[in-house]
Amino acid sequence: MRLEVSGATVDIDGHRIVHEAQLDVPAGQMVGLLGPNGSGKSTLLRCVYRVLRPVAGSVSLDGRDVWQMSARDVARQAAIVVQEPPLEFSFTVREMTMMGRGPHKGLLERDSMHDASLVDGALDRVGMAELAEREFSSLSGGEKQRVLIARALAQEGHALILDEPTNHLDIRYQIDILELVRSLGVTTVTALHDLNLAAAYCDRVYLLSHGRVVAGGTPAEILRPDLLREVFGIHAVIGRHPVSERPHLFFSALEDPDPAGPVAPRATVGGQARIPALEPVVGRTIGMSGLDVRSGGPRRTA
Amino acid sequence: MGALTVGVLFSVTLAVMIGSVPIPASEVWRIAVFRTFPELGLVTPDWTGITESIVWDVRFPRVLLGAFVGAGLSIVGATLQAMVRNPLADPYVFGITSGASVGAVAVILLGLSVFGVYSLSIAAFVGALVAFGLVFLLAQRDGVMSPVRLILAGVAISYVLSAITSFMVFYAANTGNGGEVRSVLFWLLGGLGGARWIYLTLPALAVLLGTLYLVLQARSLNALVVGEESAAGLGVDPQAFRRQLFVVTALLTGVLVAVSGGIGFVGLMLPHIVRLMVGADHRRVLPVAGLLGAIFLIWADVLARTIVAPSELPIGIITAFVGAPFFIWLLRRRSVGAVGRAA
Repeated sequence: MRLEVSGATVDIDGHRIVHEAQLDVPAGQMVGLLGPNGSGKSTLLRCVYRVLRPVAGSVSLDGRDVWQMSARDVARQAAIVVQEPPLEFSFTVREMTMMGRGPHKGLLERDSMHDASLVDGALDRVGMAELAEREFSSLSGGEKQRVLIARALAQEGHALILDEPTNHLDIRYQIDILELVRSLGVTTVTALHDLNLAAAYCDRVYLLSHGRVVAGGTPAEILRPDLLREVFGIHAVIGRHPVSERPHLFFSALEDPDPAGPVAPRATVGGQARIPALEPVVGRTIGMSGLDVRSGGPRRTA
Repeated sequence: MGALTVGVLFSVTLAVMIGSVPIPASEVWRIAVFRTFPELGLVTPDWTGITESIVWDVRFPRVLLGAFVGAGLSIVGATLQAMVRNPLADPYVFGITSGASVGAVAVILLGLSVFGVYSLSIAAFVGALVAFGLVFLLAQRDGVMSPVRLILAGVAISYVLSAITSFMVFYAANTGNGGEVRSVLFWLLGGLGGARWIYLTLPALAVLLGTLYLVLQARSLNALVVGEESAAGLGVDPQAFRRQLFVVTALLTGVLVAVSGGIGFVGLMLPHIVRLMVGADHRRVLPVAGLLGAIFLIWADVLARTIVAPSELPIGIITAFVGAPFFIWLLRRRSVGAVGRAA
């Protein structure tokens, strides 16, 4: 299933949050939305899954405008995994997963054997079968994400929309969740904060800045020092992951008062050829990935 | 569920038996059959006219009204808590009772009787709808009705309307209308003393239809509880659905308050007790809340009319006094944060 956003413009309370966004998520691909806090990633996703109606432009699934479809129809095609405020009511893991069957059920229909086996299968696939009777709100962050993915699986959608699925998870769970999503093979669009995870798992990435999609392409094409400097206001040095050969990024602050940085300078940094000539590079690299992008202050809902 | 249904029947029977004149169960049901199917001649009356009148004209309508009001308030409470994702919501948080109170108190104190015996109920219902309309309008912004705005608007309207009620009561008390002030107090705390068969039809219909609608929406309610975004992702338009729920619950509350006054506690606590028993899935919560609410209010009313007999207590006093400690016990028995289900 192909997901397309063309010229989508979204206003909230009279403020334009997203300007004429253009996205193309080809069938079966995993596409990442990258950008600083408040750049409009979540807002753009919310207009994809029908919470915010764009004032202009369209969102379509296999050519059908989602705003011309009913909420139920869309939910049968695409599932979402988003973080919600903590749950005040005690649903079990199984009940939570069973909710994914909702869009497929009539008013008077009960849960069938088929539904139950889909739910069991989904929980099994995400490795949560043993915790099926546990209370959802008692799970750890990573387990919750797994259950939400199981719910999406039970929903049998052909597209998956995720909003920062790795937020607040430790590194093992971050990799775990993205491996899982990747292995599903469905059309996926996900907002991500960690540029290296995006580089490692996404077929394509889009870069958002101030509500505009400023670049789109493969991670190698998009994760360039000049673009990252412009969008995130950081220095980036591009290397290669020694094993996967995918791009790997190293960051430092743009106006670093101490050229040596907080840790001792490194002599060798890969991919120097990609750095524009004017940028001083060596000696400014912290040598740790994903350090700077996450500390950008409280997360905005936009 | 089956056990609870039996419990309701059992409670109705016992509640009709209990009173200043005790009446045996067999007589209760024989009178009921006799009056329901008089032409069939299934039972031959061997009781006095007074007994028949006590059972059929006084106690049955009162007990059944208690059952319907208890079921309705409990289901409305469960729905509203889900609708605003807040366990502290209850049928009265949206100003509906305060509106009904203004109407009812105005009728009592000003002695209005444009609609005869129905004046009080009609005024209360109109007051409830006015309050509902105000909250509905205030809670909107750019066509979006958020849970937080809904609660804040409800609280604000409640305060204004309560102030109007207090002003009227204060004014009446100053002018020496002691008896009227007493009946105002009775109304504000709720009571089923006015129950007659003719007043029963509308609340019964409202509760049955409202419950049917809400039970059919239980799956969507579950999705809404999880969150605005998840609801949308699961095929429920949260805005449209919340609006529908608000209209249904407001109408239902308005009807119930109009016939029974402001009975507190039931709508707030019963849903929690039910969730402790059966978990959070509204496909179980709503029916169980209805049955348990019915049983609870039937017995609260039995207490209200027996402990200070031949006088009566407002039922709101009983519901709070009996219900709240039970609820606290239930909370303490389990861990407060993660409220689990009964094994």
